[in-house]
Amino acid sequence: MLKLYDAELSSRLLLGTARYPSPAVLSEAVKRSGAGIVTVALRRETSGGKTGGAFFDLIRKLGVRILPNTAGCHSASEAVLTAKMAREVFGTSWIKLEVIGHHDSLQPDVFELVEAARILTDEGFEVFPYTTDDLVVGERLLAAGCRVLMPWCAPIGSAAGPRNPSALVAMRAAFPEIPLIVDAGLGRPSHAATVMEMGYDAVLLNTAVAGSGDPPAMAEAFAGAIDAGRLAYLSGMLEPRDMAVPSTPVIGKAVFS
Amino acid sequence: MNLIVNGERQFLEAATLADLLAALDYEGEWLATAVNGDLVHREDRADARLKEGDRVEILSPMQGG
Repeated sequence: MLKLYDAELSSRLLLGTARYPSPAVLSEAVKRSGAGIVTVALRRETSGGKTGGAFFDLIRKLGVRILPNTAGCHSASEAVLTAKMAREVFGTSWIKLEVIGHHDSLQPDVFELVEAARILTDEGFEVFPYTTDDLVVGERLLAAGCRVLMPWCAPIGSAAGPRNPSALVAMRAAFPEIPLIVDAGLGRPSHAATVMEMGYDAVLLNTAVAGSGDPPAMAEAFAGAIDAGRLAYLSGMLEPRDMAVPSTPVIGKAVFS
Repeated sequence: MNLIVNGERQFLEAATLADLLAALDYEGEWLATAVNGDLVHREDRADARLKEGDRVEILSPMQGG
């Protein structure tokens, strides 16, 4: 079981709810993914509350945990206020903390991130920080009270897959007891399997599923890859070798000449 | 009274935040509100008096990653 703060989850897939072709496709994708957590956002309401209300109804009917985000925030103060407003709406102390520092790469502003994490933890939030693979930042986030880390593996929505596998492996080794979730940059089920084989505890997906040709089918494909990667990690994989090792026993081999 | 509601300047008569939501036809338990960068809880809106130039944010659930 995956344990995130006090919640125990059977699925190791967290799914975003943006960019699907329709609400019906979103619902079907969540169901076929088996995800126990979906991410949502808060935005300015322009239609008397009706648009947000319809979406909220749809999400509640899915019967999964809600992880609100602070997407689009560029400072600790913006992110803290957004988190407080999210707690008011969604009735959860969970917050996916995003503080963006760069417009093109959507790289986290790790300085503002650590500050926001400290303030929110002090206010009783359970923070899921979207961070980089920097180990020092990871340590600062844990010191600020985070009990989960969510490093990117490539820029949000890039579908590039793990760009720096060595750094991800180092992060896993550096924080053996902390749940680590790869958040952002995955594009294919094989990418998800790769990070799960490294020992990552879960992955958070959005664009890779929502932007695919058949989001519900892709959600199921990712779920299978995540389970396979996790099982492989637990099963003790072989290290690569430079030379061949015959798989068929040599003993008893016939000699014809 | 001039207010800035979700980034747009509006001229409205609303003594409190609750009055403003009613005047703009906002309703729903899923709305979150802030005035001048501070959260105003649902139960405090009727007591939250507005003044000239206040910046009001009205947010609701949206798709997100």
